[in-house]
Amino acid sequence: MSAAASATKPMNTIQSVNRALDDAMALDPNVILLGEDIGDEEEGGVVGVTRGLSSKYGKSRVRTTPISEQAIIGAAIGAAIVGMRPVAEIMLMNFTTVAMDMIVNHAAKLRFMSGGQTHVPITIRTMTGAGFGTGGQHADYLEAWFAHTPGIKVVAPSCPADAYGLMLSCIFDDDPCLFIENMPTYWNPGPAPVAGQRIPLGKAHVLRAGTDVTVVSYSRTIADCAAVAEKLAKEGIQVELIDLRTVAPYDAATVLESVARTRRAVIVHEAVKPFGVGAEISARINEELFGQLAARVERVGAHFSPVPFSKVLETEFVPTQARIEAAIRNTLR
Amino acid sequence: MNSIPSKAVLVDLYRRMTLIKQNDERFRATIKAGKLVAPYYSPRGQEVIPSAVSVNLRDTDYVCTIYRGIHDMLAKGVPMRQLWAEIAGKVTGTCKGKGGPMHITHPASGVMVTTGIVGSSMPIANGLALAAQIRGEDRVAVAYFGDGASNIGAFHESLNMAAVWKLPVVFVCQNNRYGEHTKYEASTAAKRISDRAAGYQMPGVTVDGNDPLPMYAAAREAVERARGGGGPTLIEAMTFRFHGHVFGDMDGYMGKGEKDAWIAKDPVPAFRAWLVQQGHAAEAGLAALEAEIETGIDEAVEFALSSAVPDVAELRRDIFAEELTA
Repeated sequence: MSAAASATKPMNTIQSVNRALDDAMALDPNVILLGEDIGDEEEGGVVGVTRGLSSKYGKSRVRTTPISEQAIIGAAIGAAIVGMRPVAEIMLMNFTTVAMDMIVNHAAKLRFMSGGQTHVPITIRTMTGAGFGTGGQHADYLEAWFAHTPGIKVVAPSCPADAYGLMLSCIFDDDPCLFIENMPTYWNPGPAPVAGQRIPLGKAHVLRAGTDVTVVSYSRTIADCAAVAEKLAKEGIQVELIDLRTVAPYDAATVLESVARTRRAVIVHEAVKPFGVGAEISARINEELFGQLAARVERVGAHFSPVPFSKVLETEFVPTQARIEAAIRNTLR
Repeated sequence: MNSIPSKAVLVDLYRRMTLIKQNDERFRATIKAGKLVAPYYSPRGQEVIPSAVSVNLRDTDYVCTIYRGIHDMLAKGVPMRQLWAEIAGKVTGTCKGKGGPMHITHPASGVMVTTGIVGSSMPIANGLALAAQIRGEDRVAVAYFGDGASNIGAFHESLNMAAVWKLPVVFVCQNNRYGEHTKYEASTAAKRISDRAAGYQMPGVTVDGNDPLPMYAAAREAVERARGGGGPTLIEAMTFRFHGHVFGDMDGYMGKGEKDAWIAKDPVPAFRAWLVQQGHAAEAGLAALEAEIETGIDEAVEFALSSAVPDVAELRRDIFAEELTA
């Protein structure tokens, strides 16, 4: 493993994902990268996540593609079913809509439809998130669509080190994985990952132990939940904060064990609230723990609107810390 | 006309055509008799195309085909017993009965993907070819699709990418004149689909897909080009489906007599007569070959109908690598 990966100086998510891709490519010649602008001639990706990799591994393994999302995912699928481990970048999560047939009808279903004769070990990297004023077609969180599809895993890291370890696990997982990177927090530094250390898929991370209320979240909103939990701790309210890390299939055991103890649950995500991941988790808590709950399950998500442009609207659109705090307090009344 | 292929290749071509014709006839009869319940898209009338392509392929070459693909599968070597069992929804089928007629998969014979989505064979064939190219293997990938599929975005994206990367792919458009119920002219601006190849700086050819010799020559040239590093080719093979879009289709959208004119030129008996007439094969030899296929079909039908159905636990298997808990 590269020396830099084991250094202790902080790293941001651009650097940690780059390091994961680098380490995976060094480890296995079947790992290839496909995507728009990903080569060094095109500046190594629009925010530089793949910078340096085409120079290091060659343009055969790191392929800048045409702006053709169906063809990108199709090429990844075809290569994957004969043993490669492609990492296909769909620049923005909204652009997955162009490739939904390939992702949903093919990548997710070929293992089942072939009776297990083929499988599709691809990783689809994509970035999204409100905050940059990119409006209604560049910032949606669409994870619920994919979580609703049998056969594809959905992974959403909340910090640079998790992004590294989860990316390695996705690449070497034998099923298709959709890997969601939050764009506005790409440059936020965090503790560096341990080189080569994978973080298991389908396992949540209890970021903060608490006894009063369980907060379940993932991706960017983890930071807001952590800030609120810190604030409430000063009042003596002990929040247990669970980072799902993998949205689908999610770690229901960890969530249910926690809520069984705290008897209160709040689910927070940046995606719009109706029909979201929070709805599924809330339903599951009701199915398993009905009668044990001390309060109704609360959900906090974005407003049910397209991502707005104007800053004042965009700021209010996402789950604010104030809304997260209010939801937590609702469970404690 | 290029030089005539060897006697062995000609008979092999006829064998594959007959395999398709006889299987198709039995599928329709078995469905009609109520012994088999499955959506069925007859390829009858289109036998020449995959037969002529497949005699130019190796077992290690890849094929992606579509819901009307029984002919492509049989021509590439998918075993009849497993094919029939899959269409019967049995656990002994190629896909344990979980895919069905529109998703037949048999990697051992190179049939990697069968899709029920118009146009979706092409992007995936590119990926199979890409793997071969990166690994330095001399495998070729074939994408079969219909004339209707040339109007979907995946066609454009795939042909462009294949040309930019010089992928070892052969795009074989089986132009049977109808996209579902709509006539070619009503849906397609290009006079010939092969004209579209020019837009991708790719060789494109229109060939009589019901005439074995020109179809063989076109396929051979394209496969050799792909294998030799010369990149993709678009073949438009002109043909016609004798039994409409799907089993039960009454052909009300077709011109009167249009189908009958094509059936009168049925390529399978025509090629048979030519082989005998030209001395490439003896009547008795071909009759023996046909009888052998018929016996194989008898066995395949018996195997399929008598096989066990899948266990309901299969609903939790093959979603992911690890079985889902109940």
